[in-house]
Amino acid sequence: MAEKEKLNIKEFLDKDEQKDQLRFLTAGSVDDGKSTLIGRLLFDSKKIYEDQLDALERDSKRMGNAGDHIDYALLLDGLKAEREQGITIDVAYRYFSTNNRKFIIADTPGHEQYTRNMITGGSTANLAVILVDARTGVITQTRRHTYLVSLLGIKHVVLAVNKMDLVGFSEERFQEIVKDYMDFVKPLGIPDVNCIPLSALEGDNVVAKSERTPWYKGVSLLEFLETVPIANDHNFADFRYPVQYVLRPDQNFRGFCGKIASGVVRKGDTVMALPSGKTTRVKSIVTYDGELDYAFPPQCVTLTLEDEIDVSRGEMLVHPDNLPTVDRNMEAMLVWMDEEMMDVNKHFYLKQTTNLTRAHISQIRYRVDINTMEHIENVPALKLNEIANVVLATAKPLFFDPYQENKPCGSFVLIDPITNNTSAVGMIVGRVDSKEMVAEEVPELNLPKLGISEEHYDAIERACKDLERQGIAVNIIK
Amino acid sequence: MSESYKLSHLKELEAESIHIIREVAAEFENPVMLYSIGKDSSVMVRLAEKAFYPGKVPFPLMHIDSKWKFKEMIQFRDEYAKKYGWNLIVESNMEAFKAGVGPFTHGSKVHTDLMKTQALLNALDKYKFDAAFGGARRDEEKSRAKERIYSFRDRFHQWDPKNQRPELWDIYNGRIHKGESIRVFPLSNWTELDIWQYIRLEKIPIVPLYFAKLRPVVNIDGQLIMPDDDRLPEKYRDKIEMKKIRFRTLGCWPLTGAIESEADTIEKIVEEMMTTTKSERTTRVIDFDQEASMEQKKREGYF
Repeated sequence: MAEKEKLNIKEFLDKDEQKDQLRFLTAGSVDDGKSTLIGRLLFDSKKIYEDQLDALERDSKRMGNAGDHIDYALLLDGLKAEREQGITIDVAYRYFSTNNRKFIIADTPGHEQYTRNMITGGSTANLAVILVDARTGVITQTRRHTYLVSLLGIKHVVLAVNKMDLVGFSEERFQEIVKDYMDFVKPLGIPDVNCIPLSALEGDNVVAKSERTPWYKGVSLLEFLETVPIANDHNFADFRYPVQYVLRPDQNFRGFCGKIASGVVRKGDTVMALPSGKTTRVKSIVTYDGELDYAFPPQCVTLTLEDEIDVSRGEMLVHPDNLPTVDRNMEAMLVWMDEEMMDVNKHFYLKQTTNLTRAHISQIRYRVDINTMEHIENVPALKLNEIANVVLATAKPLFFDPYQENKPCGSFVLIDPITNNTSAVGMIVGRVDSKEMVAEEVPELNLPKLGISEEHYDAIERACKDLERQGIAVNIIK
Repeated sequence: MSESYKLSHLKELEAESIHIIREVAAEFENPVMLYSIGKDSSVMVRLAEKAFYPGKVPFPLMHIDSKWKFKEMIQFRDEYAKKYGWNLIVESNMEAFKAGVGPFTHGSKVHTDLMKTQALLNALDKYKFDAAFGGARRDEEKSRAKERIYSFRDRFHQWDPKNQRPELWDIYNGRIHKGESIRVFPLSNWTELDIWQYIRLEKIPIVPLYFAKLRPVVNIDGQLIMPDDDRLPEKYRDKIEMKKIRFRTLGCWPLTGAIESEADTIEKIVEEMMTTTKSERTTRVIDFDQEASMEQKKREGYF
């Protein structure tokens, strides 16, 4: 903060508005000192106010678990029931910023039954901080967290070896843990893995480098978080534009609102609409703040097109020389999020980008034991927090890419049509062999057979298209 | 390549919010944007205008008037809605108002229950809104840190923190049964500093009460209250003094404490905020009512 005072407020604001944003996930159990670590990051970046600190000191004495120290965990626990149980039971988001970056922390608990929460918190994260206790080293839970991080396609991982004070800041112990971890993490293919020895309780290597680990040549945790390059984490290669909303304020303007899921689009680009296959060119990229020459993820814009082609919500604009997979069958990693066990006969709503369709799970190929990474076959159904490789069949074709190459176009959720709960979430692996394909049955509407005259076909097609937008596909025969 | 593919944190937050607002407009039949006239609402309203530019925002703006709001807020509300072409709905719990309910006579809890929570629930039922945008931020208060962006409410508008839908990536599950609804918080990931930065950058109009000025105040139980009409109880009337004050949050005038301040520009407000040692909500009387009070109110249907 001392640096800040040298700037006048206007200079500070001008600099602040240019900062980028890093979202990170923290994983570890209550005993690993995770809340203490987050509390210290917030405390040292002065995000804790005096009144909160007063309340914290009061509560630490009354119900804290940190001895004479301030119990930062109490600051983070929001809900009454959790406070009484002394554990965090959901994802909580925390915010802080330094002179160089703004941070959003997704704080998730570590127990097995809460895989669901870690998956939730990690879905938007650029980076994961995985805590281990220096005394116990890499344990089953560490492996489980790391596997989930790799499943979510998080590109940067920091293994925070905490409680180094309790092992006498031993370099030997640290190296032992690093070796264990690196052996384990290698096959998972996470591109950027770093290990940092620290003590959250005493502050070593959290914000500033500690003198008690002279053998450690790396940077402190905060410095790492401030400098890790994340600008290239988006896919800028494959242009995908799921149409979200069609804007038609008057006869002269027809715009397609959406968020650039991946790739870059430029004014004048030739684009193809999926599924129709019709091509046209981008006439303008409209925003409230003026027209743009190009747009990239995750910008939200409105595209206007040279030709009047029919594009609705759920459809996609792409470059004609770079197409996603268009298919009604796909292989995916599925995480079961519902208390209610999977019913393989159920038909779900599947939401992917802005597309909604009916879907069912046609095959469970194997379940992954997240403690051992073993594949278990012959699994009849999934329970809460279980992960499996499945084949899905959808009522209408989806436009997708493998999740590991393109998160926005490879992710989906399954919604229970009765409870409306988000029952499962999935990450697409790719298309399936044709022999494994199963068609999701689509009801037919045979117009001539129903004795409907041709002049009504247009109206019926419009009505069916609207139903399709709501997830109900009908096959029109005319 | 001369092109840059990097967004600042504000532009990233803006994109996230616009995406959420459009998603609701596309998937719900009858959404509404709740408008508190505060600074966060002002930002949310501008984001909605951006989301549908050059078209009109396809849903109305609704203000729940507790009948104890600052006069300057009401004036600002009407002028803004007119200038930017918003369809503005104003609703109040007239039954309770006619019965004379107010914070001085009934206390903050009863007043808030009837004039804010109940008035809001009545209005949501009256218009059968199936989605309601609110300007709450996760960094405001502990129980909000765990709130989803789409927050599911049952037929009685209640929130169950144990029964929240998983929310991943930017895929929002807006499916509901008849009578149920979703509260949507497009500003979830914004901090107080982000809001001020954005107001400054985008030159968003806000109620002048946020800026320091010489105003009449009276000290009531440690809070600096600005008497805004003749309903100030007799016993305080001779204790009014002039002070240079401003408000960090806006609400009902007897329930919103002012702070002494010299900050009459956004730059000065941010400077004051950076060096202040008290969190934003300490000037809201409502949080001190009872332990975990905001969580309680949320369960009952207040934001």
